Amino acid sequence: MAYSEKVIDHYENPRNVGSFDKNDPSVVTGMVGAPACGDVMKLQLKIGTDGIIEDAKFKTYGCGSAIASSSLVTEWVKGKSVDEAATIKNADIAEELALPPVKIHCSILAEDAIKAAIEEYKSKQAK
Amino acid sequence: MNYFDLFNLEPAFDIDTALLAERYRELQRAVHPDKFANDTEQQKMLSVQRTAQINDGYQTLKNPLRRAEHMLSLRGIELSHETTTLKDGAFLMQQMEWREALEDIQHSQQPQDLIDELYDSFSEFESSLSIQLATLLASNDQADALLAADQIRKLKFMAKLQDELSRIEDGLLD
Repeated sequence: MAYSEKVIDHYENPRNVGSFDKNDPSVVTGMVGAPACGDVMKLQLKIGTDGIIEDAKFKTYGCGSAIASSSLVTEWVKGKSVDEAATIKNADIAEELALPPVKIHCSILAEDAIKAAIEEYKSKQAK
Repeated sequence: MNYFDLFNLEPAFDIDTALLAERYRELQRAVHPDKFANDTEQQKMLSVQRTAQINDGYQTLKNPLRRAEHMLSLRGIELSHETTTLKDGAFLMQQMEWREALEDIQHSQQPQDLIDELYDSFSEFESSLSIQLATLLASNDQADALLAADQIRKLKFMAKLQDELSRIEDGLLD
């Protein structure tokens, strides 16, 4: 199966790989896994007191499409408010990366990683 | 299609695989297309379809994970692996650590020791998940069935780890 140029670009030069200090109070983590292929994705967001996502990092074990999807969303969420980031849909990711139908679950994984991180943010805020 | 009925077996997670194999061979013989060589086209077609169904049923029941999925599907629960993500943080953190350990094998002075250690950890974790799965599947409670679905998902991650580990081990031998 041929990967799109955008997937290859993100796969070969992934943006924002790594981790933040998880003890930093402004950092939240979203962990998700895709049972279809055993891919695991960790997305961390650094969120300012104004609710704007200042920075994002990811670590993904999976195929090229899973890595590209997570790399792409770290770029997309930066500078967005938490509510804006929550509107990112897997279809947007799949379209941007021209993912074939068998790789749609990679984009779902990335969307759910954002949601999981935001959920942690909201539960932290509620405290 | 209830494959347990097809092979005349009790719908349970723990099945007698020898009995399954025996019933499979009996059924296969009974519907073998060669037997219908002199029959109508319709008869032949039916026999081909039946053979495909028996093969599919056998493959499904033979594999413990697919058998478990089939049991849930008979209760109206579809796993939808393509669209469902797993969100158990502690479990996924452990998966990450194990993936990192797999990466470390390449740089290790004693790769075989690390491989053996990981095989043990994976097997231990896998068998505890399987035991829980068997208990959950034996219950008639719908909530337990949903928990069983998550156990199946986790076992798929473990299968992936085992595959990766064997692939790395094979690579070391080359």
